[in-house]
Amino acid sequence: MTSNEQSGFRSIWDFFCSLKLTMFLFITLAVISIIGTVIPQGAPPPEYLQTISQNKLKLYQALGFFDMYHSWWFILLLSLLSMNLIACSIKRLPHIWKTITQPVMVMGDGLEKTLTNLTTIETRGDVATLRDRVAAVLKAEFADPVITETDGAFHLFAQKTPWSRLAVYAVHLSVLVIFIGAIIGSLFGYKGFVNIPEGESVARVMSRSEKEIDLGFAVRCEKFSVAFYDTGAPKEFKSILTVLENGQPVPGYNRVPVIVNDPLSYKGITFYQSSYGKLGEHEFTISDLDGKNPQPLMIKSGGSAKLPNGSGICLQETTPDISRFQPGLNGPAAQVEVHLANGENKTFIVYSNNPVMNRMNLPYTGGKLLQYRGGEEFMYTGLQVAKDPGVWVVWLGCLLMVVGIYVAFFMSHRRIWVRVEKGTVTIGGSSSKNQGGFQLFMERLVTKLKKQLPMEDDK
Amino acid sequence: MTSSLLFNITTLLYLASMLAFFAFIASRAKALGTAGTAIAFGGLLLQTIAIGLRWKESYELGVGHAPLSNLYESVVFFSWTIVLIYGLLDLKYKYRVIGAFVMPFALLGMAWAQLGLDSGIQPLVPALQSNWLLYHVITCFLGYAAFAVACGISIMYLIRENHEKLKDASEQSIVATFPASKILDDLNYKSIMFGFPLLTLGIVTGAAWANYAWGTYWSWDPKETWSLIVWFVYAAFLHARITRGWAGRRAAWLSIIGFAATIFCYLGVNLFLSGLHSYGG
Repeated sequence: MTSNEQSGFRSIWDFFCSLKLTMFLFITLAVISIIGTVIPQGAPPPEYLQTISQNKLKLYQALGFFDMYHSWWFILLLSLLSMNLIACSIKRLPHIWKTITQPVMVMGDGLEKTLTNLTTIETRGDVATLRDRVAAVLKAEFADPVITETDGAFHLFAQKTPWSRLAVYAVHLSVLVIFIGAIIGSLFGYKGFVNIPEGESVARVMSRSEKEIDLGFAVRCEKFSVAFYDTGAPKEFKSILTVLENGQPVPGYNRVPVIVNDPLSYKGITFYQSSYGKLGEHEFTISDLDGKNPQPLMIKSGGSAKLPNGSGICLQETTPDISRFQPGLNGPAAQVEVHLANGENKTFIVYSNNPVMNRMNLPYTGGKLLQYRGGEEFMYTGLQVAKDPGVWVVWLGCLLMVVGIYVAFFMSHRRIWVRVEKGTVTIGGSSSKNQGGFQLFMERLVTKLKKQLPMEDDK
Repeated sequence: MTSSLLFNITTLLYLASMLAFFAFIASRAKALGTAGTAIAFGGLLLQTIAIGLRWKESYELGVGHAPLSNLYESVVFFSWTIVLIYGLLDLKYKYRVIGAFVMPFALLGMAWAQLGLDSGIQPLVPALQSNWLLYHVITCFLGYAAFAVACGISIMYLIRENHEKLKDASEQSIVATFPASKILDDLNYKSIMFGFPLLTLGIVTGAAWANYAWGTYWSWDPKETWSLIVWFVYAAFLHARITRGWAGRRAAWLSIIGFAATIFCYLGVNLFLSGLHSYGG
């Protein structure tokens, strides 16, 4: 390697090690992430696309603004962040590792000068006795000391939670672990959606990227129901699901209730209650007043059709028995809305057993008699389907991050050195965090130590 | 005795506490500072009872759930957490004057909730029927509250630091009652040190809940993205302290911007953007 190449490598390395890069990346990520919260992501709704000009639309598409969190430039920033934290860790970790595994156990002049908590106690007596007394106090109040003897003096060294220095690197690592989990999920997992009508089963689902996925088993929707509060607000959406292998219910997965916040998992694939709807077809007849020339009119649940006079008709709701709503009447009935020629909308009920009542609707149906013949209706449930083998890696990363942040902020590596010589005991300490609290601790320790040591004026 | 009445009294107490702190700064009479803190603690106690009472009332209405389910309840809880964090800071460090910069946030929240928001107790929609609601909301709001306190302290820092730079800085000025800028910088850091792990935990519990309820721990929903933006800003703050040229004023600005982003994440997203968090929480 030439020296030019070396200095080139050096400057790239320094670039990735720099905290200024970290600050730049955090602030840039924060600012550009705003784009995707303002511009709808994924497939933007048509109403939104109508509000922006063609040029803007093309520009946004070219820049990847409609899927910005997966765009090359956003991924690039996240990659830079990863490289930045890896480089910073590689640069600093060896030194930290040495501090932890090979602690300086003798307080020499150089170290002594750097310590802010330093006290010298004048004392008397045999050095070995002093050493034992100091060691006992350290053991009781702080940690068991290591004792070294040099030049007739004893050096005591004690430390607490040296590994807490690693916490910040654990947090850095946790970010990478979460990224790895996310990558595993996107490579080997999928998100999909499926509608299952009551009584039917499916073995394939449609993924978000419009691919059909074979589940390897089937899921049957036995029943779907909605419960409401008295206020009319929804209380519970519930699907009863059965997992089928070769057409047979799997023991333990037979008629399992699935509600929002309580999904069903089978073979690593999870089904979440997401939406619902009605499926069905209804038959109406439209005839002359006396019932002659009947024409059938089929309308799907929630669907619409056209009356002979051209007015649109929407089917809103049906019931197999109207007596629940209108005592005194009976039989199936349907509530419809007709869009009149004058622009008005008229909602009314069409009966199957009550031609007299149906005649009252003549003004809205172009003078023809509209009658309900009944229909079949059933619910379908809409389920989110997800498989994500990376999710446990993500949780592991999250756990590491939360524990790491806690340790990094609230635990410190505390070290205390004591030098016992004839006539003097010198005590010094340092803490990687929370200097104020450590200073108070040292003051209390020195007070306790003084009580245990014979003082000059005790004579 | 209803929770609603107690919330009203709480609001008045927070107003009184704030005014006492203002008078304390103007007069330097120690008794006023003590009064401000004492009233704030009284308000906190009353609000705690009121929240408990509202919880009980929801059970009496047959829709029992923790009072953390809509905008009104979350704003009330936010105020409670702000005063709680301020109270802890006061017990530990006893810098009374900080109350003048923190209590306004708590008062603003309570006044808005009591005067401008619908305080009716609603049943829980299916999406919120989970124990995760409790863990997620409590961790997030404790984090937000720590950031509110940090923001108040940062504003004080900027004022105080300006004052310290003056050549003829007067000891008679109101600003001279503030703790030294070094102390404010440290308190700012301590508040964020408290808030950041809680925000992280709030995001993680939110992700865990989303994964449990919807099958995706992260879907770049505007609320999620904004919580990440807030996280980035405070991560920048934490690294600023060890970066040359970023400690001091720039760090204080990051703390203020971080709280602005927090408020947007909490309220702005629901008011201006659309997404999954539409239940106003």
